[in-house]
Amino acid sequence: MISSNSNGIAAQLIDVHKVYRMGTQEVKALAGVSIEFEAGSFWAILGPSGSGKSTILNLLGCLDRPTKGRYLLTGQDVSTLDDDQLSDMRLGYLGFIFQSFNLILQSTVSENIQLPLYYMGWDPLKSEDRAMELAKRVGLEERMNHRPMELSGGQQQRVAIARALANDPAILLADEPTGNLDSATGNEIMNLLLELNRQGKTIIMVTHEPELAEFASHRLFMRDGLIERIES
Amino acid sequence: MLGKYRREVKLGVKNLLLHKLRSFLTMLGVVFGVGSVIAMLAVGEGASKEALDRIRKLGSQNILITSAKSIEEETTTNSRIFMSVYGLLYEDEKRIAESFPDIKTTVPVKEVRKQARLGERTMELRVVGTTPQWFDLVQRPLVSGRILLQRDFDDFANVVVLTEHGVRKLLATKNTIGQTLRIGTEYFEVIGIVQNAGVIGGDIQTPDQEIDAYIPISVAQERFGDVQTRTVAGSQTREKIELNQIIVQVGSIDQVEAAAAGIEAMLKRFHKKVDYRISVPLALLRQAEATKRTFNIVLGSIAGISLLVGGIGIMNIMLASVTERTREIGIRRAIGAKKKQIILQFLIETVVLSTTGGMIGMGIGILIPWIITQLAGMPTVVSPFSLVLSLGISMGVGIVFGIYPAIRAANLDPIVALRHE
Ligand SMILES: Nc1ncnc2c1ncn2[C@@H]1O[C@H](COP(=O)(O)OP(=O)(O)O)[C@@H](O)[C@H]1O
Ligand SMILES: [Mg+2]
Repeated sequence: MISSNSNGIAAQLIDVHKVYRMGTQEVKALAGVSIEFEAGSFWAILGPSGSGKSTILNLLGCLDRPTKGRYLLTGQDVSTLDDDQLSDMRLGYLGFIFQSFNLILQSTVSENIQLPLYYMGWDPLKSEDRAMELAKRVGLEERMNHRPMELSGGQQQRVAIARALANDPAILLADEPTGNLDSATGNEIMNLLLELNRQGKTIIMVTHEPELAEFASHRLFMRDGLIERIES
Repeated sequence: MLGKYRREVKLGVKNLLLHKLRSFLTMLGVVFGVGSVIAMLAVGEGASKEALDRIRKLGSQNILITSAKSIEEETTTNSRIFMSVYGLLYEDEKRIAESFPDIKTTVPVKEVRKQARLGERTMELRVVGTTPQWFDLVQRPLVSGRILLQRDFDDFANVVVLTEHGVRKLLATKNTIGQTLRIGTEYFEVIGIVQNAGVIGGDIQTPDQEIDAYIPISVAQERFGDVQTRTVAGSQTREKIELNQIIVQVGSIDQVEAAAAGIEAMLKRFHKKVDYRISVPLALLRQAEATKRTFNIVLGSIAGISLLVGGIGIMNIMLASVTERTREIGIRRAIGAKKKQIILQFLIETVVLSTTGGMIGMGIGILIPWIITQLAGMPTVVSPFSLVLSLGISMGVGIVFGIYPAIRAANLDPIVALRHE
């Protein structure tokens, strides 16, 4: 196992601001956030509703650009990239896990897992092998040809995790990954994430449950668009 | 092209199959649009092809001058004593041939109706006295034996050429060549058989109604004279006509109209009454073609409107589909799909939809004319061009009406799309 601090910085925010404009009104979602996420670390982002947790996660996920400030992803400045370049960054370096799983319902488990590989232009046969490998990793190799609706919530989230891992991302971003699950299943998913982190994956997770945050190696508390405190 | 986008096409087909009924209803506009275009074109093409073929057979370099009773003559010939004298004269042919340098050939035609007898069989014939050039001008290829030759005219030879149809009606065979056919009171040697044609005497007729016998015009004039007596419904009519028709051929198509005008002016000077009719196949042809063009424009407009309606239907459903699949679009974008990949996905889906509709429409468009031909006996022609065109147009409809929903899909903000319920 590689020690986490020898891996360098996976993501770095430097005085990042995010302002949403709604008509004449301005909402300051982030008001100057600077933080480093070490490679191999497991972060939990906490804070009350409206404090800017999702906004940070969207920026880290290259789904949005900061209004001001810089964002370095594996050393590259992505704060000024255009839409296509942001797509390439997401495809190359990021994996998403959502509260509501966000699987494509008309596609099979296998097809869902292969989706990133499809956009990476993988050969279909190789891509199927890779999907099988990933399904084994999350314990779903028996369910490859099922549709998401035929699976339980916990199983669906496992599919989503397998899909998020398909492109071997530098960072796994999770927005309340256990929010739609009962506590037993939620714990299973948390254990899976911990397992992945132990294998070296950098994970940044938004949650509002302090017990779940205890799994993480670092905790970032947000309030009113600013960092309130950090616990390690 | 299909190879490059094989996976996108497969995905599109899969998505459309998820909602089979909806996809089918969505493509109905294109199905009927394409189907009706092909069917209407086939019927129109069939009808005009027949007309154009008939006119073309008359020859586009030809001018036909036909004897016709003038209107005042028509009303005064009900007396049985009088003989009506009208029509083209032997002189007319000579004058036309000599006066116009553009004219290459003139062929006189003299028609006489006579009873004829071959072996045991007796029938009424239309005896056509003409010259050898006639066979070239009206394109009557020889089937067997020989056609009339110049020496038959010079020698006043009693020889006759029959048509295939005439031969059949007379119960004759190829062996009939060399046998004797009695026409009126004269005996003729059968020397040849030529193909039928739909065109005789300058009028457009259905083929195979007359049994024609072609003889040298010199013989016709000598043996049968210019006066014909006919008994129609108990009353006798006597007519004196020298020539029933003069066929004129000019050197090239652009001389046709001037020559026709010149001939008309000349005939006007020498005939007191208008007892002739001039028809120019080229003019008829142009008219028929113009009619066909108009028909095609009307057809094209109908087709255009129906495909427009079909396209709008498709666009409407695709817009609904984009809204319905907002979340899917958000997922794809979050994973790393570029805008142009989302556009491609939706565009290909729309094109698959419209092209499938187009292909079903093609099937209907081929089936309907076939049924029409079977049931009504109308000729129809499904042209390969109309099929290719329809397929192209239905693909085009997919692209034109698919691009807007596809762009709408691609321009969704992924963050908003992911939150969509
Ligand atoms: N798209 C948006 N348009 C306008 N305001 C927004 C938008 N997204 C977030 N906000 C605002 O920014 C602030 C931070 O929101 P968010 O990051 O979603 O908070 P959290 O996830 O911590 O609940 C809130 O005040 C929210 O209303
Ligand atoms: Mg939130």
